[in-house]
Amino acid sequence: MKAALAIIAATVLIALALGLRARRGKDMNLEQWTVGGRGFGGFLVFLLMAGEIYTTFTFLGGSGYAYGRGGPALYILAYGCLAFVMSYWLLPPIWRYARDHSLISQPDFFVSKYDSHALGVLVSVVGIVALIPYMVLQLKGLGIIVATASYGAISSAAAIWIGAAVVTAYVMVSGVRGSAWTAALKDGAILAVVVFLGIYLPIHYYGGFGAMFAAIDQAKPGFLALPARGESIAWFDSTVVLTALGFYMWPHTFGSLYTARHEGVFRQNAIILPLYQLILLFVFFVGFAAILRVPGLKGPEIDLALFRVSIQTFDPWVIGLIGAAGVLTALVPGSMILMAAATLLANNIYRVMHRAADDDHIARTARLLVPLVALVAVWFTLQGGETIVALLLMGYAFVTQLFPALLMSLARHNPVTRTGAFAGICVGVATVAAITLTHSTLATLFPTWPDAVKDINVGIVALVLNVVALSVVSGIDHALSGRTSPAKRSPS
Amino acid sequence: MRFLAVLPFLGILVGTPFVNRVEPLILGLPLILAWLLLWILLTSAIMAVIYLTDPANRREGTDA
Repeated sequence: MKAALAIIAATVLIALALGLRARRGKDMNLEQWTVGGRGFGGFLVFLLMAGEIYTTFTFLGGSGYAYGRGGPALYILAYGCLAFVMSYWLLPPIWRYARDHSLISQPDFFVSKYDSHALGVLVSVVGIVALIPYMVLQLKGLGIIVATASYGAISSAAAIWIGAAVVTAYVMVSGVRGSAWTAALKDGAILAVVVFLGIYLPIHYYGGFGAMFAAIDQAKPGFLALPARGESIAWFDSTVVLTALGFYMWPHTFGSLYTARHEGVFRQNAIILPLYQLILLFVFFVGFAAILRVPGLKGPEIDLALFRVSIQTFDPWVIGLIGAAGVLTALVPGSMILMAAATLLANNIYRVMHRAADDDHIARTARLLVPLVALVAVWFTLQGGETIVALLLMGYAFVTQLFPALLMSLARHNPVTRTGAFAGICVGVATVAAITLTHSTLATLFPTWPDAVKDINVGIVALVLNVVALSVVSGIDHALSGRTSPAKRSPS
Repeated sequence: MRFLAVLPFLGILVGTPFVNRVEPLILGLPLILAWLLLWILLTSAIMAVIYLTDPANRREGTDA
C-alpha cells in the first residue's frame, strides 16, 4: 500500500515541478496565463486538444461504461472522429478571428461577433454550469484513484479534498503552460498504462481478444452491441451528434485553440487526432475484461471497474503506477477546467461589472477565484450519485447549446441577430436544466411514443428547440427592423 | 475533395445500425466495434487526402 501511495505522491510532485518550471522566465500577464501568448506550435496544441480525449472520463469512465453498459460505450469512439472532421473547417476561422481581435476566452468571441456584453455573460454562465459536472468527474476520479491506491487507508472524501487542493495549487502557480507540459507527461503515462492493461488482461484471463469477446457474448448475449431499447441506435446516433457538435464548445477547449501559433496546426491535427483515439480501444478492452472477472459493480460503482480488476491482478507497486497515470489524467484537464472557469468569472462576468479594471487586476482576480471554483466542485462531488459518463453527457447537453449561434456567426452575413442568439441559447439551456432537474427523458414525458423516438438524447431535443427559437426570434427581429443584419458582421 | 468529409458521418451515423451485432467477430472484435474502428482509420486517411489537396495548406509552411 505504501508503495502505491508513494509512487502517486512522487508523480504529483513532478507535475508541480514541471508547472513551476514552465512558468520561469515568463511574465505571466493575463494573455500568458490563459493562452500562452498565442505561441504554441503544433505539438503543444495537439496535446492540449488531445488532452481532452484522455481525461479521467476515458480512463475510468470509459472503461467503467464498457464494463457496466457494454456496446453503448462505443459512442465514445465515434464522436471524436466526427468532431475532428468538422474541426478542419470550424477551427481555423475561429482562431483567425480570435487573433485579429486579441480574444482570450470563449465568451469574448460571442461578445465581439454579436457586439453584446450581455451575451458574453450568458455564454460564461452556460460555460461555468457545464464545467462544474466536468470538474466533478475529475475529482471523483481522483477520489477513486487515491482511495483505491491506499487500499482503503484514505477515505474517498479525504482523497477528493487532497485532489482538489493539488489541482488548485497547480493552476495557481503555472497557468496554461504548466498544463501543456504536464499533458505531455500525462499522455505518455496513460498510453503506456492503458495499452499494457488492454493487451495483458484479455490475454492473461481469456487467452486472447477473440476468446474474451466470445466468452462475454456467451455469458451476456448481445451485451457488446447496442440494445433494442434504452441506449439503442437512436440514442447512439443522437448522442454522437450532440457530443461531436459540442466537442469544441467547452470553454477550456475553445480557449486552448487560441494558444496555436498558426491555423495550419488545426488542419494537421484533424488527420492525426482520429488515430490518437485508438488508445480508447485499449481502455474498452480493460472494461470488457473486467466484466466476467469482477462482476457485480452497480450504478456509479462501475467507474471502479478498472481498479478492481487491476488490484485483483497486480502487486501494489503496479497499482501505484496505474494510479499515478490516473492522477495525471485528472490533474491536467482539471487544471484547465479550473482555469477556464476562473477566467470566465473574472474576465467575462466580473469585468462587465467593473469596467475600470485593467488586465492585471483581472488576472489577479482570476487567480483568486480558482480556489473558490474548486470548493464548489468539491461540494458537488461529495453529493455523489452519478456515473462519470452521465456527468459528462450532462455537461455536453449544456455546452452544445452554444453551437448554433457560434456556427452562424462564422457566416459572412450572419442572419442570426443578437436577440436571436440570446433566445436560442436560453431556450436550449432551460430545456436541458428542466430535464436534468426533473430526471425526465423523452420516454417518461411521452410514454406512448415509439421507442426509436423515446431513446433520442434529450440534449438533441434541446438543440432543436434552441434552433427554432433562434430562427423565429431572428426572423421577428429582421421583420421589425427591416434591415438584413443588426448583428455585427464578421470582417473576414 | 471536400465532399469526402461526408463519408465518416454516413459510415458512423447511417452505417452503424446495419452492423449493430456482436457476431461475427472480425479479427476477434465484435462486428460493431470492428466497424467503428474501420471508420476511425478511414477518417484519418480521408482527412489526409483532403489536407494534401487543399490549396490553403500550400500557402503556409508546415509546423514543427
